[in-house]
Amino acid sequence: MGDPALGAAVFKKCQSCHQVGDQAKNRVGPQLNDILGRTAGGLEGAKYSKSMIQAGQDGLVWSEDTLDSFLESPKSLVAKTRMSFRGLKDPEDRANLIAYLRSFSKGPIGASSMQETGQGIDIKLDPSVLAMVGDAEYGEYLSSECLTCHQSSGSNDGIPGITAWPTEDFVIAMHAYKQKVRSHPVMQMMAGRLSDEEIAALAAYFSNLE
Amino acid sequence: MKLNRRVLIGSGAAAATALAAPMAFAGGHGKPRVVVVGGGAGGATAARYIAKDSKGAVDVTLIEPSRMYYTCFFSNLYLGGIKTIDDLGHSYGTMAAGGVNVVHDWAVGVDRDAKTVTLAGGASVPYDKLILSPGIDFVEGAVAGWDLSSQNAMPHAYKGGSQTELLKAQIAAMPQGGTFAMVAPPNPYRCPPGPYERVSMVAHYLKANNPTAKIIVADPKPKFSKQGLFQEGWGKHYSGMIDWIGDEFGGGNVSVDPGAMTVTIDGEVTKVDVCNVIPAMKAGRIAELAGVTDGKFAPVNAIDMSTKAGADIYVLGDASQQGDMPKSGFSANSQAKVCANAVRGALTGSRVFPAKFSNTCWSLIDTNDGVKVGATYEATDEKIAKVDGFISATGETADVRKATYEESEGWYAGITADMFG
Ligand SMILES: Cc1cc2nc3c(=O)[nH]c(=O)nc-3n(C[C@H](O)[C@H](O)[C@H](O)COP(=O)(O)OP(=O)(O)OC[C@H]3O[C@@H](n4cnc5c(N)ncnc54)[C@H](O)[C@@H]3O)c2cc1C
Repeated sequence: MGDPALGAAVFKKCQSCHQVGDQAKNRVGPQLNDILGRTAGGLEGAKYSKSMIQAGQDGLVWSEDTLDSFLESPKSLVAKTRMSFRGLKDPEDRANLIAYLRSFSKGPIGASSMQETGQGIDIKLDPSVLAMVGDAEYGEYLSSECLTCHQSSGSNDGIPGITAWPTEDFVIAMHAYKQKVRSHPVMQMMAGRLSDEEIAALAAYFSNLE
Repeated sequence: MKLNRRVLIGSGAAAATALAAPMAFAGGHGKPRVVVVGGGAGGATAARYIAKDSKGAVDVTLIEPSRMYYTCFFSNLYLGGIKTIDDLGHSYGTMAAGGVNVVHDWAVGVDRDAKTVTLAGGASVPYDKLILSPGIDFVEGAVAGWDLSSQNAMPHAYKGGSQTELLKAQIAAMPQGGTFAMVAPPNPYRCPPGPYERVSMVAHYLKANNPTAKIIVADPKPKFSKQGLFQEGWGKHYSGMIDWIGDEFGGGNVSVDPGAMTVTIDGEVTKVDVCNVIPAMKAGRIAELAGVTDGKFAPVNAIDMSTKAGADIYVLGDASQQGDMPKSGFSANSQAKVCANAVRGALTGSRVFPAKFSNTCWSLIDTNDGVKVGATYEATDEKIAKVDGFISATGETADVRKATYEESEGWYAGITADMFG
């Protein structure tokens, strides 16, 4: 039996893409309220790979067991999932994380009430910055600098894929690095010299790269 | 007529020469032609990007003698037993599938007036724009007693492939308690942390297989890249094994005797079992033959990597003299994209965007003990100039170091996918 309190700490690895709890929204990945019992690829309004949708149509439903094997190695269970995460090798981490997620699910083992919100790192951005329409052709050129490390196929061999992100999440993430709210020395440096227009251009390009 | 790889390879030099005449006249019409010499970090990237982004509007030919590219990056991890030689090899097949005309031959000359490149097989290939990314060659006479004919007795292992395998075999054959010596290179050279990552990985191997062995490094430099990080790691993981002799202790006053397998450092002769000689470097010879070098390397304009010698020739990567960027695979790949954008723009009128460069070099000190250093750069009138940078700190936690190593694996997969498609 996992410990939801410890699972909350493990969830930090997830929260740049997933939200859970009160007011959780779909971001880069689907929101995770009521994940136990949900059909894979089955949440309205969330962005999925074709293979995740197919897995759901073939009968994959998220239970503690299926989540456990997915979290251990996402690509072993759903080969072309957009979830660009290497996996949690430690069984205890997985059990704790699943216990934490269970506390936001009405699923089979019943749920406690929804408590605090596990949300992604958010920053204040002027709405005009978020509303900017990026120059995708410039974005394609700028993206070549990202592709030295982030693979255009979206694969993750130690550095996450960044393709097919919703534009807004991309813009927020890049500004969070630029403002040094999100930590990572390489990304803070790379984002640090991008203008608002350049971030919008990159977001426009990557959001269409499948 | 398009240069056809099967014809060249299948029918030998005579057919290749016969092909040369019509090709040399084909330059005036049809698609613009880009010829790239050297299919490494700089050349492969440039060829692939121009072919991909021009969507067939530019004819791209890559000239590269090897069938497989063995990366120097991660070759130290192979010496340490962490990667296999197969992990380092990449075939050019994917590039051909991506629209690049891959010719396996050596470029042996450049005629700047006729705008042709001559190949060892005899063919001459016309270009509108020529991109040279031949990597490095060694400065003759740089280490007393060593020349290329001694590279079997005392390997450099500073070009990928067979040399790296040879060095690995020699390390494995060392007697218990034997001595591994390295003669480190003077600046500037490819991969500033490379020799010291190598020392770490050789120590990693020896600690497990030959724990009483010793490592001596003769270094002509007073200090080296990531020195604090490496020396901290050497003390922690390989205490007492590594003796680094810097310039102040005569590390620059070195000669070797490949027959006797001795190294003489500041007058003191030592018999060694393996001697890794990494001589001073210069641009790959074809850059010199093209007449674009000034001294050891080829000065370039930062804005597009065109040579100061003009003539529609660009030089990328280790062979170029560009300013502040270290000679690394990451840098070569970064420069290639700026160059590809400019060359395509010049030939097809596509949009040309401002030059932006970056670099990050990861090094592995011991299993899961990774460190990194990186910077961003911009083009000024004078050079590629550093904007901002960072370096791993000493005393970082094991978790941070492990995450850094895992990130380096991601980078390796990323850059090789970016080079070859
Ligand atoms: C031990 C070691 C570790 C390293 N580690 C890293 C690292 O971790 N990260 C990093 O970024 N960099 C690293 N590097 C540096 C990196 O390998 C080089 O900086 C990079 O390969 C330079 O790219 P390039 O295109 O200039 O040359 P190369 O990649 O060397 O490519 C040159 C190509 O040109 C071909 N060629 C040469 N002459 C001719 C000719 N006349 N005709 C046709 N073809 C020709 C060669 O066959 C070769 O394939 C390391 C280097 C070493 C030695």
